[in-house]
Amino acid sequence: MQIEAIINNKKVAWEIENDELLADTLRAKGLLSIRQGCDTSCCGLCTVWIEGKPTLSCTTLSFRINGKNVTTIEGIQEEAAAFAQVLVAEGADQCGFCSPGFIMTVLAMKNELKNPAEEEIIHYLTGNLCRCTGYMGQLRAVKKYLGVE
Amino acid sequence: MFTIQQLVQPDTLEEAYDVLTRDISNTILGGCAFLRLGSKKIGTAIDLSKLNLNGIKEQGDFIEIGAMTTFRDLEISPVLKESFNGVLPQSVSHIIGVQFRNIVTVGATVYSKFGFSDLLTALLALDTDVELYKAGRMPLAEFLEKSPQRDILTRVFIKKNSCKAVYKDLRNSQSDFPVLNVAVSQKDDRWRVVVGARPLRAQISQQASEELSQGGASPAGIASAARLAAEELSFGSNIRGSAEYRKAMCKVLVERAVTEVLQCK
Ligand SMILES: Cc1cc2nc3c(=O)[nH]c(=O)nc-3n(C[C@H](O)[C@H](O)[C@H](O)COP(=O)(O)OP(=O)(O)OC[C@H]3O[C@@H](n4cnc5c(N)ncnc54)[C@H](O)[C@@H]3O)c2cc1C
Ligand code: FES
Ligand code: FES
Repeated sequence: MQIEAIINNKKVAWEIENDELLADTLRAKGLLSIRQGCDTSCCGLCTVWIEGKPTLSCTTLSFRINGKNVTTIEGIQEEAAAFAQVLVAEGADQCGFCSPGFIMTVLAMKNELKNPAEEEIIHYLTGNLCRCTGYMGQLRAVKKYLGVE
Repeated sequence: MFTIQQLVQPDTLEEAYDVLTRDISNTILGGCAFLRLGSKKIGTAIDLSKLNLNGIKEQGDFIEIGAMTTFRDLEISPVLKESFNGVLPQSVSHIIGVQFRNIVTVGATVYSKFGFSDLLTALLALDTDVELYKAGRMPLAEFLEKSPQRDILTRVFIKKNSCKAVYKDLRNSQSDFPVLNVAVSQKDDRWRVVVGARPLRAQISQQASEELSQGGASPAGIASAARLAAEELSFGSNIRGSAEYRKAMCKVLVERAVTEVLQCK
């Protein structure tokens, strides 16, 4: 079937299969920031925004973005780079495989929560798995970036 | 991964039901998180997006939740945060992560009657009705007892009242399935104790509920109700915990939940 959507502020018309998943469609269209770390919808690596809401692209059927706005990290490079610098400075980035999905979730949280407490940050970011780090560096980086204690 | 041969987006429920019942392989799509774990070969997939079934509304004496409402919608709904001490937002807030909860739907969850469901346990503690396209509207407890029939769950209705409620769960780690979950509610003298993820589906403990409703929630009454719930309900073993462990923890969670309900405003 054919879908029309706005991907990173650009209008597209794509031909997709009925059972195609958004992660596969986006990668096939060259958006290579999309990674997948699991088969069970529970690692958060494949996170993109649909209408500004962080969503698992590995679980969303592509036809469901018809008429919608989708944002991947390629579409918000400046913001992403600003946070990535803080992340690296805190030593919270190792192999980097989880970074695009994690950064998309952190930036969505920044848009959604005002001055979140540590507990709220942890709650929002639960479900973003990272096999290299121990999460403490990431938490420090997030707090620094948001300017919260 | 499942496969989909054809896809329809019906304009009416009648049409959706007609397609659903035409062939055994035809399937309603919720958020697809659960469907995705299987390998079903779907003939015609039915997407309900055009039927206005997403959203939470206050309608007369009820809060109405559409089948396509996501768990994240429940979690951040101002109406639900204010109602029943926020028991519904609380019950879904530990399921995987925000991105997952932006996908999974209320209709699929209630219709599928999952044993591990956090939401069903909380809904059963409230005065909840479900509406199905063919079978009509009925109390949730009645729906859970019925044998499965192909139908479309359209909406969930929760009676607006002064019910106080508390939700408790036990998980081996954050974002894992629950080992056990408990919801307790009180409306005037009427108490209701629900235990789910036993790992069987959520069920009301009639004896515990009666003990509290008739005897009141004195410390001795609470201990007795907790013991009755653990004795009356059946528990099973799986990789997350043994039947004995669940039974022991049932007492603890029921006691805590009742005690917290007493402190609710
Ligand atoms: C990895 C993973 C972990 C999970 N962990 C938890 C947990 O810890 N606690 C918890 O409570 N839940 C958990 N769940 C379950 C989850 O919360 C949802 O209940 C589940 O995914 C179903 O929702 P869905 O929208 O994805 O359904 P789908 O996968 O789309 O559908 C499930 C079934 O329901 C049918 N269906 C969908 N909508 C309707 C409708 N309106 N009427 C009739 N039939 C319908 C579909 O045909 C299908 O058979 C987990 C699920 C997954 C995949
Ligand atoms: S790839 Fe793991 S949640 Fe999407
Ligand atoms: S840095 Fe390697 S998985 Fe997160």
